[in-house]
Amino acid sequence: MLELKNIVKKYFIGEPNELTVLRNINLKVLDGEFVSIVGASGSGKSTMMNILGALDRPTEGIYSLDGQSTGSMTDNQLSEIRNERIGFVFQTFNLIPRNTALANVELPMFYCGMGKKARRERAKELLALVGMEDRMDHMPNELSGGQKQRVAIARSLANNPSIVLADEPTGALDTKTGNMVMDLFLKINEEEKRTVILITHNEELALETQRMITLRDGEIISDKRISERGRVS
Amino acid sequence: MIVENIALAFSSIRANKMRSLLTMLGIIIGIMSVIAIVIVGDAMTASVTENMSSLGAGNITVSIQEKGLDSAEINVIAGERISLSGGRTARTGNSPESSDLITDEMINSVAESFPGEVLGVSVSYSGGSAQVKSKDLYANISISGTNSGYATANNITMISGRYISERDVEARAMTAVVSDKLVGNMFPNGDDPIGEKVKVYKSNSIETYTIVGIYEYEQMGFGGMAADIDISTPFYIPVSTAKADVLEKNYTYFTVIAANNVDVNAMTDKLQNYFDNLYRNNKLWKASASNMSSMLDSISETLGTISLAIAFIASISLLVGGIGVMNIMLVSVTERTREIGTRKALGAKNFNIKIQFVIEAAIISLVGGIIGIILGIFIGIIITNVIDAPLVISSIVVLGIAMFSMAIGIFFGWYPASKAAKMDPIEALRYE
Repeated sequence: MLELKNIVKKYFIGEPNELTVLRNINLKVLDGEFVSIVGASGSGKSTMMNILGALDRPTEGIYSLDGQSTGSMTDNQLSEIRNERIGFVFQTFNLIPRNTALANVELPMFYCGMGKKARRERAKELLALVGMEDRMDHMPNELSGGQKQRVAIARSLANNPSIVLADEPTGALDTKTGNMVMDLFLKINEEEKRTVILITHNEELALETQRMITLRDGEIISDKRISERGRVS
Repeated sequence: MIVENIALAFSSIRANKMRSLLTMLGIIIGIMSVIAIVIVGDAMTASVTENMSSLGAGNITVSIQEKGLDSAEINVIAGERISLSGGRTARTGNSPESSDLITDEMINSVAESFPGEVLGVSVSYSGGSAQVKSKDLYANISISGTNSGYATANNITMISGRYISERDVEARAMTAVVSDKLVGNMFPNGDDPIGEKVKVYKSNSIETYTIVGIYEYEQMGFGGMAADIDISTPFYIPVSTAKADVLEKNYTYFTVIAANNVDVNAMTDKLQNYFDNLYRNNKLWKASASNMSSMLDSISETLGTISLAIAFIASISLLVGGIGVMNIMLVSVTERTREIGTRKALGAKNFNIKIQFVIEAAIISLVGGIIGIILGIFIGIIITNVIDAPLVISSIVVLGIAMFSMAIGIFFGWYPASKAAKMDPIEALRYE
């Protein structure tokens, strides 16, 4: 479970000007939920994603993950939180070039100090889960966009995170591959019972999730359950 | 974790082969020069040591020095004199009077004053160069007046016959000990030369000597330009015979051979005291005793200083190489900003990022260093072959230099690595 309480994020650009990107955000996401955060560009969703991903600290307010407040944590502790509790999926995949698909999936486990053998084993399982088991020795530049994103999803699950944070995961993919990736998130949510937070500007995509949170000018303007999930095609 | 980082470093070197090679070039050239200089320096020291210790470690040379020169200078003078094998002592332009020189009485008194500690004394006097001729056969010689102790002091190996004896010296006998080389030139038929008479053609006289012994000629140092047959070899005759026509009967130096069980350094001090006493009333001159070990020390020290100075200059290219590594690491860090952001998002701590780039810099420098060591050894082998010196490669030096090249990488990679480690993950992820 994660909770945002009175979160404010301001950027200081010179003395008189301060830019408030998030204003008084309150949000609770329960375990196993599939939540989407939508908004136009400039609505503050990237900043929200950075705070949810423990990449950034709020100016005011408390962000707690699994009942643990992140406010007083050191940079190294935040690194550990990202490593163990959060799985990232990016729009541009962000696979490490010159590392095979397998090595990319192993990376989060490498940083938490898991042994080589256990790492390899788990990475193979995860690649099988996303249907990439026969391409695990390929380099990222030998993979298509959809394949890269599947490897990235496998990587996000490496350390059994509490939440998977996906930032426009289908943004760089065509509709068909995008749907396939979306199906994968649904599968992860349903079968693995994992919390997934999808950040997107695409409301159609958001309608496939259980709950849609809309941001505008740094504020949550709507938070609604989606009763009937279905793809509008 | 280290192993993985090393593998990572190699994969990034492989990915940019040309760039990595150019980066390494500075390190390669620097390490190569340092290694080559160390090998050549060691070879020269070994060569000098070898030559000098063959002259006898138990020898103590007593030579006339001008008062007021410090001991370091005396050592250098002694070294010079030995290496030139001449008898020159003057350095400041002053020449000692005959009464300042070492007399036969002084030399004889040494053996009497230190019974049991002195094996013998050796004196020599250069009689100049000459030629032995008989019909169309000839051999070039340099005449050397010696006494019986000379053979011991200079490690002369007799092949047959005997060396110059004290009786020869007393009698001013016309006896000679010649080299095997001279025998080869003058007695090509293999006749036994012992007891044969040879004619020595000097610039202004012809003298006849009876051969009493043959010694083994050892070529020392560089061969020089002379054809084998023309090489001049020493022609040993009694010192008294060599000095028969010379007014000056005294010596500028002589050598004391310490007995085997005697501490050479202590003996040197004793001789110094002995001669200080003899020369205490002389205002300008003194006799200075020194032995091989102090000469060897000063020569090795001088050679070492020269090597060090050259190596220091060579290490400037290492500095340039290190800056090259730093430069390329900065480029690499910028290029891989997104990778750094991703790694941080996946849970890498600043320390993990830092060590990754430091190891990469260290590996680039180490690989460059190893290539440099191989090339440097190769150059060292060629040079030592050309100057005909022994090849000495110290594994500690090689290992030390390999470690040093790695240290250069760590030193110059530290700043770029810190820059990478301090990157803000959000900005790094957004970097295009």
